[in-house]
Amino acid sequence: MDLKPDPMGETMNFLRNSVVALTAFAATPMLADVTLYSGRGETLVAPIIERFTAETGINVNVRYGGTAELAILLEEEGDRSPADLFWAQDAAALGVIKPLFAEMPDETLERVDSVYRDADGRWIGISGRSRAVIYSPERVEEGELPATLADLTDERFTGRMALAPTNGSFIAHVAALREATSDEYALEWLQGLAAIEPVIVSNNTAGYQAIADGEADIMLTNNYYLGRFLASDPDFPVAQTTFEAGDIGNLMMVAGIGVLESSENKDDAVAFVDFLLGQTAQQYFTGNVYEFPVTGEGIVPVQGRGLTYQQATDAAPEFDLNLIVDMEGTLELIRESGLL
Amino acid sequence: MTAIDFISGRRLPAARVLFSALGLGIGALMLLPIYYLLLRAFQADMPTVWALLTRPRTGQLLINTFLLTACVLALCTVLALPLAWLVSRTDLPGRRIINVLAVLPLAVPGYVMAYALIGLSGNYGFLNQVFGVTIPRMQGLWGASLALSLYCFPYLYLNLRAAFAGLDQGLEESARALGCGPKEVFARVTLPHLLPALMAGWLVIGLYVIGDFGAVALMRYEAFSFVIYQQYTAAFDRLYASWLALILIAIALSVVWWESRLREGASYARTGSGSGTGSKRLALGWGGKVAGWIFSGVAVLASLGLPVAVLSFWMTRSPIGPVLKPLFDSFMQSLSVAVPSAILAALMALPVAVLAVRYPSRLSTLINRLAFVGYAIPALAFALAFVFFSLQGARWLYQTHTLLITVYALSFLALAIGPIRSAFYQTRPSIEESARALGHGPFSVFWRVTLPSIRPGVVAGMVLVFVIAMKELPIAFLLSPTGFRPLSITMFSRTSEGMLVEAAPYAAAIMAFSAIFVGFVLRHDKKAG
Repeated sequence: MDLKPDPMGETMNFLRNSVVALTAFAATPMLADVTLYSGRGETLVAPIIERFTAETGINVNVRYGGTAELAILLEEEGDRSPADLFWAQDAAALGVIKPLFAEMPDETLERVDSVYRDADGRWIGISGRSRAVIYSPERVEEGELPATLADLTDERFTGRMALAPTNGSFIAHVAALREATSDEYALEWLQGLAAIEPVIVSNNTAGYQAIADGEADIMLTNNYYLGRFLASDPDFPVAQTTFEAGDIGNLMMVAGIGVLESSENKDDAVAFVDFLLGQTAQQYFTGNVYEFPVTGEGIVPVQGRGLTYQQATDAAPEFDLNLIVDMEGTLELIRESGLL
Repeated sequence: MTAIDFISGRRLPAARVLFSALGLGIGALMLLPIYYLLLRAFQADMPTVWALLTRPRTGQLLINTFLLTACVLALCTVLALPLAWLVSRTDLPGRRIINVLAVLPLAVPGYVMAYALIGLSGNYGFLNQVFGVTIPRMQGLWGASLALSLYCFPYLYLNLRAAFAGLDQGLEESARALGCGPKEVFARVTLPHLLPALMAGWLVIGLYVIGDFGAVALMRYEAFSFVIYQQYTAAFDRLYASWLALILIAIALSVVWWESRLREGASYARTGSGSGTGSKRLALGWGGKVAGWIFSGVAVLASLGLPVAVLSFWMTRSPIGPVLKPLFDSFMQSLSVAVPSAILAALMALPVAVLAVRYPSRLSTLINRLAFVGYAIPALAFALAFVFFSLQGARWLYQTHTLLITVYALSFLALAIGPIRSAFYQTRPSIEESARALGHGPFSVFWRVTLPSIRPGVVAGMVLVFVIAMKELPIAFLLSPTGFRPLSITMFSRTSEGMLVEAAPYAAAIMAFSAIFVGFVLRHDKKAG
């Protein structure tokens, strides 16, 4: 770099930059911006958001944060929210914000199977993730694996199971279990879990780590973390399986999105949702994020990263995610069982 | 002045009026979140509230919180007191480096410390992967106490360093001349003089421990704060969570109340004529030096070495090259908030500390207690309160840098007050009075006499706020401008998806940049040199 002082050159540079900046500024007002509150992590979603901007010219301002924190923020903001969209990790958070969402157009809704979206069309699933059993292939024999969710509370797993009772997916899964069976059954199942003295972990990642570390042998968790662990370490000592087909333990859940009623730019917001449901984005979620497509057609599956989409959908029970609403009551049951 | 004279009928110093007004303003801002919580709390259904509060588990969790706090305070004192003494009062070689290293654990992101301790154990832990050693997992009360102490002890260290630095050694010498043995001097002279600093440090650590849920969750220890966090994030509930938060604040404020009761009426400044004796260092023998190094070494290895080792282990698995540019951008964003927050917090702490030390009254006691509210309230509740008020009354302020910085300063004000107040306790009003008598105006006196003598305290307070603002999360989630991407949020965006390896460069950057800042600020810290 030239370190000699050159006031004239600097001035010219400044002028040139200003002109460039001004022209750029004059050109941008044509492009509308949308504001997205994203509970999904930046590394995973930023590439696909950039792609959207490149294709449509619509800028996306993103606020990254925890799904729960952003949901509470939206509740507090109410109709004053600057957000146009909320992308959440789980259906439970979307259910809480549902009263603030606007109805989406039918063409958008129809692209996704009705069990993966809100019955009133206010939010829609973007990528699927299934509940799955992970275990240590060294310490758990093939024949020992649980056949059903109920089997998970068997004595043979005493002291060997990792459990993240505060994890959102676990709580949502219990809420689904209540709907699929009854409160009494769900409580009994939770008490059964408490009785086999699980190794309590703080979240799903910690559970995978606990099994790798030899602290626990088995866990009920979400499928996609395994793909990410395997991507950074192909020898990661954890394997994945499902319960028998149709068991509520194999519940398929979604990360999803909704357009806020208070948004003044709903058209661009919906364009973003449509983009996420398109071939490019769906393939991205499958191939790079190790989740499952919600639109199905024409997506190439990944191999060697845990469960495939086919395995997961074959095993998944029939269950309407709209039924996962009563988080307070579910939390109450988990507390009553002594797990919280 | 004349107006005040007229109203009160007696002469009140202008400074006192000014500081009281500033203090009241800060106190009023602190009351906003409490008002907000009450507002939300009374929207709840009372029988449910009652059921939630009278659950037997609630009592057990409160006991757990109490036990944890006691253990952490004890461990922190065992770590911080000898370190502060070694650095301030002995000729231990390497004390300048120890001085910086003893502050740095504050910069370790909580999840890194927890994974560092957990990563020590287990088959897949890094000890086993690197050295082939497996040790049992740390958990429960001891695991949580250790994890919290290892990154909280610098609060106490910084407070004690400032106190040692300002302590007039003439007092100790007089005691010795009057026939006291070294132990007696320590117990009867030194320790009482360190008490304000000890209490200030204990207070912020205690409040931190009462409110922390991250380390306790990872260490599988259940404390009261955790229930609040769960109520917000698992049940998406703001009403019952408000009740729990109010209970937590009540506990915290009763702790603050006791601390200020113990502190009031104390007088630590030199009163006689002549100037204080600068610190003379104890010449350590070889045995003392080696013991000093071993102690400092163990403390530094445990609090800094472990997390650095874990981060390095993760970073060997991910290439750093491609993230350098985004890393630098994020760092600049972090800096744009952390630096102004530190300055604003110190500016707010000054009037509060002056009131406490120079103008003790019911009003100043009240203001000093209110100043701790921001630190005692769960961060999520604190941020929600400011979301609520800015959307109601100052829409233009919502999710701006200005609001974020103000809320950070309020939230971490307590951290800045401790060392600044301790420093004020040791300044001598008589010197300021002399300067006034020599014809200096109040501002000139403040700038030329008061500020230089409280500088170590102000610096310590700013460092604390800066380092904590670099890694703060819940407030940034809610109140930062949209699109704002400081290191802490970029780091979270990766850990939240289970991508620990990808998060490592950001965690390392938080530590490295905090280290550079701390080192830069402390490089002129002659008291250690």
